[in-house]
Amino acid sequence: MTNSTRIPADTQETKFQDYAHPERIVSTAWVADNLDTPGVVIVESDEDVLLYESGHIPGAVKIDWHTELNDPVTRDYVDGEGFAKLMSSKGISREDTLVVYGDKSNWWAAYAMWVFSLFGHEDVRLMDGGRQKWEAEGREYTREKPTRPATEYPVVDRDDSQIRAFLPEVRDAIGSIPLIDVRSGEEYTGERTHMPAYPEEGALRGGHIPTAKSVPWAKAANEDGTFKDAAQLKVLYLDDLGLEAGGDIIAYCRIGERSSHTWFVLSHLLGFDSVKNYDGSWTEWGNVVRVPIVTGEEPGEAPRA
Amino acid sequence: MSDTPTDAAPLPGGLQEIADDFAAAAQDELLELLLEFSDDLPALPDRYADHPELLEPVPECQSPIFLIVEVEPHAEDPKAGTVHLFFSAPKEAPTTRGFAGILQEGLDGRTVGEVLAVPADFPLRLSLTQAVSPLRLNGMSGMLSRIQRQVIEKSGTTA
Repeated sequence: MTNSTRIPADTQETKFQDYAHPERIVSTAWVADNLDTPGVVIVESDEDVLLYESGHIPGAVKIDWHTELNDPVTRDYVDGEGFAKLMSSKGISREDTLVVYGDKSNWWAAYAMWVFSLFGHEDVRLMDGGRQKWEAEGREYTREKPTRPATEYPVVDRDDSQIRAFLPEVRDAIGSIPLIDVRSGEEYTGERTHMPAYPEEGALRGGHIPTAKSVPWAKAANEDGTFKDAAQLKVLYLDDLGLEAGGDIIAYCRIGERSSHTWFVLSHLLGFDSVKNYDGSWTEWGNVVRVPIVTGEEPGEAPRA
Repeated sequence: MSDTPTDAAPLPGGLQEIADDFAAAAQDELLELLLEFSDDLPALPDRYADHPELLEPVPECQSPIFLIVEVEPHAEDPKAGTVHLFFSAPKEAPTTRGFAGILQEGLDGRTVGEVLAVPADFPLRLSLTQAVSPLRLNGMSGMLSRIQRQVIEKSGTTA
């Protein structure tokens, strides 16, 4: 899929070679070497809306999940025209190789990548370790914003059918397709309805979707924000959960950001064929009338039809 | 919920001037202005830097922030006491630091009466709703309500 002949993959980092799609991930060193490579655009996407302004990788453009990727009115993403306008204004061409990085172990970078993928932008890669690793290595930041001339990004319809799940599909999946809940343990059991130390975002009920297995996203990440290696990830998702890399799977969290991280791991690092992110996640499921919910540590059974 | 200045009463302390600055800024300058407040947030004095447990966490914020209020009492009028504000937030959380910086600049050194007169919807009057998003602004509301509660407790006055 990836146009890897134009911008070569990062082949220096041996860890990447064991991933299913090593062309989807690059190291901080690769990024430092490719800051001025034509056709490569570095994109920062953070939880904190001001972090980019406080200092970013030289030449990087900012894309904010909340104010730019979300539709301002409907709970949805921008449409094809909105996306084309956004990418044009950032100076991004359809053929460009995008390297996304951000804060919080790349949650929002993975989320941005997932949205780019809804629009079929072909070559999108994550920078392993995100801001945390770049900073830990003492690499350069700047406050200078790049001036990239506007591009003619085509209007492409968003394709929600391949990597995005909506509530009816998730309901039908109970008992037939593996569901994976990537929130914290306390959110999974229903003890709390939001992330520890995070603001309440309004879910009326706590717990998880019946049959969903709990694998908090952070299990896939190292302390330094990088992804665990392929062998560790296989133990986590294949051996421990009894999943097969070829099958379908749906991941969810609270609003779809942490599950984007898991989506990236399952689809690009482990090579699952069909991984969908249920972005409605718990802020939808936990508020919908009469959807089944299980509390406690066990996944629970599918309700009888 | 409007982003535009309303005909509501002027904000107390130095907050009206700050709100006016934000209102006058172009949409693409708002974050730069917020960044100035983030950069200018004073570091904690040693008496708090060495005792972080004295500060109160603000869980409404998406990033770790802690604050504490001091009140210099006034001999006759509790509402004339002077308020001092101290914040601790990491550089990885510049938005939260920016919110803290606005409150610090607008309210530090002001009177108990002025601090308690800040309306709860103050964060929505900063013209930041579009640039920052209402969800993120919740964090500033959380700081403000905690500041006001501490001021009530420490000044021995009532709202």
